[in-house]
Amino acid sequence: MIKPISLLVFMGLLTACDSSPDDSDVKPFASRYAALPSETTLLQGATILTGTGERLDDADVLMQDGKILAVGANLDAGAANVVDVNGMWITPGVIDVHSHLGNYPSPSVNAHSDGNELSSPNTAEVWAEHSVWPQDPGFVTALAGGVTTLQILPGSANLFGGRGVTLKNVPGQSVMDMKFPNAPHGLKMACGENPKRFYGSQGRAPSTRMGNVAGYRAAWIAASDYRDKMNAAVNGEGEAPIRDLQLETLAGVLNGEILVHNHCYRADEMSVMLEIAKEFGYKVTAFHHGVEAYKIADLLRENDTCAAIWADWYGFKMEAFDGIRENAAILDRADACTIMHSDDDMGIQRLNLESAKVIGAAARVGIDIPPERAIRWISYNAAKALGIEEATGTLEVGKMADVTIWDGSPFSVYSTAQKVYIDGALIYDRHDPSVNPVTDFTLGTSAQHGGAQ
Amino acid sequence: MSDSIKFLALVVLLIANGVGAQTTAITGATVHTVGPAGTLTNATIIVDGGRITAVGVDIEIPANVNRVDATGKIVTPGLFSPLGQLGLSEVGAVAGTNDATQRGDAFTASFDVAEAFNPRSILIAISRVDGITRAGITPRAGAPDSEGNVSHVLSGLGSVVHLGDSPEHFVKRGAVVVANFGETGSGVAGGSRAGAIQILRAALDDARDYARNRAAVERGDWRDYSVSITDLKALQAVLAGNVPLLFNVDRASDISVVLDFAEEYNIRAIVAGGSEAWMVADHLAAAGVPVILNGINNLPGNFDRINARLDSADILVEAGVKVAFGANAQTHNARLLTQTAGISVAYGLTWDQALEAITLAPAEIYGVEKSVGSIEPGKDADFVIWTDDPLELTSYPEQVYIQGTAVSMASRQTLLRDRYLRTDRDKPAAFRNK
Repeated sequence: MIKPISLLVFMGLLTACDSSPDDSDVKPFASRYAALPSETTLLQGATILTGTGERLDDADVLMQDGKILAVGANLDAGAANVVDVNGMWITPGVIDVHSHLGNYPSPSVNAHSDGNELSSPNTAEVWAEHSVWPQDPGFVTALAGGVTTLQILPGSANLFGGRGVTLKNVPGQSVMDMKFPNAPHGLKMACGENPKRFYGSQGRAPSTRMGNVAGYRAAWIAASDYRDKMNAAVNGEGEAPIRDLQLETLAGVLNGEILVHNHCYRADEMSVMLEIAKEFGYKVTAFHHGVEAYKIADLLRENDTCAAIWADWYGFKMEAFDGIRENAAILDRADACTIMHSDDDMGIQRLNLESAKVIGAAARVGIDIPPERAIRWISYNAAKALGIEEATGTLEVGKMADVTIWDGSPFSVYSTAQKVYIDGALIYDRHDPSVNPVTDFTLGTSAQHGGAQ
Repeated sequence: MSDSIKFLALVVLLIANGVGAQTTAITGATVHTVGPAGTLTNATIIVDGGRITAVGVDIEIPANVNRVDATGKIVTPGLFSPLGQLGLSEVGAVAGTNDATQRGDAFTASFDVAEAFNPRSILIAISRVDGITRAGITPRAGAPDSEGNVSHVLSGLGSVVHLGDSPEHFVKRGAVVVANFGETGSGVAGGSRAGAIQILRAALDDARDYARNRAAVERGDWRDYSVSITDLKALQAVLAGNVPLLFNVDRASDISVVLDFAEEYNIRAIVAGGSEAWMVADHLAAAGVPVILNGINNLPGNFDRINARLDSADILVEAGVKVAFGANAQTHNARLLTQTAGISVAYGLTWDQALEAITLAPAEIYGVEKSVGSIEPGKDADFVIWTDDPLELTSYPEQVYIQGTAVSMASRQTLLRDRYLRTDRDKPAAFRNK
């Protein structure tokens, strides 16, 4: 097989940089992410929320070669560039598990509407990364909100919407430049109103929730068969079936290589979806939106399934009627994996404040949620749902130096991200325009820095 | 007794006593009056007959009053949501619960959403427990329906309501006429914003003509008009300068057109949205046209908003433009007013200016500042006792007062919350009713 020249060139480039390429050079669309140049840096004298549940006061973070080298009080600077962050707060870079940046970019004109392949209720064969427009100005405004990693998902009209992709929030000419190295793909599934409304209105299945469920099960039956035949062929028992992109994605879930991210609002439907997962032997990594997750907090904990939710969206459709601000507080109290997500180009800029709203609502009923616990909703727990918690999501030695510095508690409405580091490289500095990425699209407008100057 | 029964009992009690009949003294709080008295520490507010009768320090408290100790708390005026569909919408995607959009040409400027207002909407209780006491309820343009009926450039009349329990909910009916310019105006006008302004021009010209030739029109001895007679009647108050036209408009050049249009017809205008208003701040200030701003928009969602920026409010206020927040915090999300104001402080506004933008400024824009918007003697007793800084999202209202009455702090959401906060599992949730 002849490799495309460009790929060979990039493989050469990758060997020259710090970050590791995706595992194999035959995989198409592999990550070409290369960390920006960094210097050994000591962030000195901040309040640190590590993402592990700890809070350190007047402590330091040392970053070297893109990794976290040390976290603690009175670290030895050595030859490091010292950044005085006295009075500031340091957290892991914020992670959003549910974004449509790049596939529903700004401006949201029809020509840019690339987030939902509506042509069939099962489009497990599509990959969100093939719709990502790296020039979406929303990536930059999200960066100014401290976001270092994000998962781009297909839309929710379909029962199976396709594969999601996890990105480092760095400028790139193609999505491959942004792909988080070795992150597993996600599979977007959707419950409830969207699939039944969209296809039902066309006189096609599904037009009911029971139609939705029949659709999932039929697909998993086909995928199980495909997987079995593929496995058999590997063992020399029969011929491999013709490669099928749709079944390949679903078989990837059954093999545990692809993580299920299931848009689902109602508690009763989430319970049904967990039964389907049991029937076919896969795991629901996270329910997204989960407006009623608080009603089944214990069930979610028992299934080790995360709930990725908004702070306070409710009432925009019937299945969101029971949304309450205490959703995350009740989940967190039950020790269910709780994540604040955005699904929105505004919300992604302030996942810290979405969390603050929950802290306030919890306080109203006497539940105290300290900052070191709430930060996990937008760092470690999110990394876990994306299958990258070994690499990022906390400020622990050896992890990627993905770090956000705030000028106060991240849960204060008055605080903003001041500096953002990705793999140890300063990629955003609120007060230094030379360290503010500008997309091609926003050149010449007054919104170059997300209006954040 | 269940919360809902308690709530009903409270309502009955209040009606029996006459709303806000008893004199109340709120003591010990830090009071941000948003009035000439500024911020007062360890202050007292006296409420009588639903009105504020005194506010200050060292005020003598009459005997036999209902005392509310608010020591260590913060008191602000009730929040004012200037745009949206509180009481006109329950579930966004359930068409039958939404009453703010009129399609077809039967009614335009005269379409009056007040007739559809439901004070028992669940959104009202949800909003007021987060401090909102007054709201502008406004009609809006919608996408064409299945029969191809489209909305008009003129969406209709907006009103001001209070969110309290007293039965006369309207503070001011027909307070504004909503008009659409920019992309929305273009969409409903047949494809161009130039067409939208022409339709507005025709309607106002017709309204003027009608006023001069009413007798001939009624005889049937006159030319046809671009909108119905009912609409021409509604536009008289606009031409007279009594009712402003509220323009949904974002692009700077469009705002300039609106300002010229308002000057040409000698009418009052309000800019709603205003993503690029900062670019024409001086023009807005000179014209005395206020802006109900989308305070958090910083992305080019469309080409009308390509220069949106987060420090818009600061630029506008600095130039002397009256700014209220609310274009981004409407209806279900009206309670995001405090977040919007807080963010604006992070981007340059002073704290006092930000609070004014969600209290007094919208009251002034709607011309109801004589009765609400600040804590001053003679005004309606609408205020909120907060645990802490009201712009911080970790703070919350302990008690909301509307027209002197401590309103129920329960909502459908607090009932759900309380049911699922419980950890007893011996029976299904359906039995956890108190």
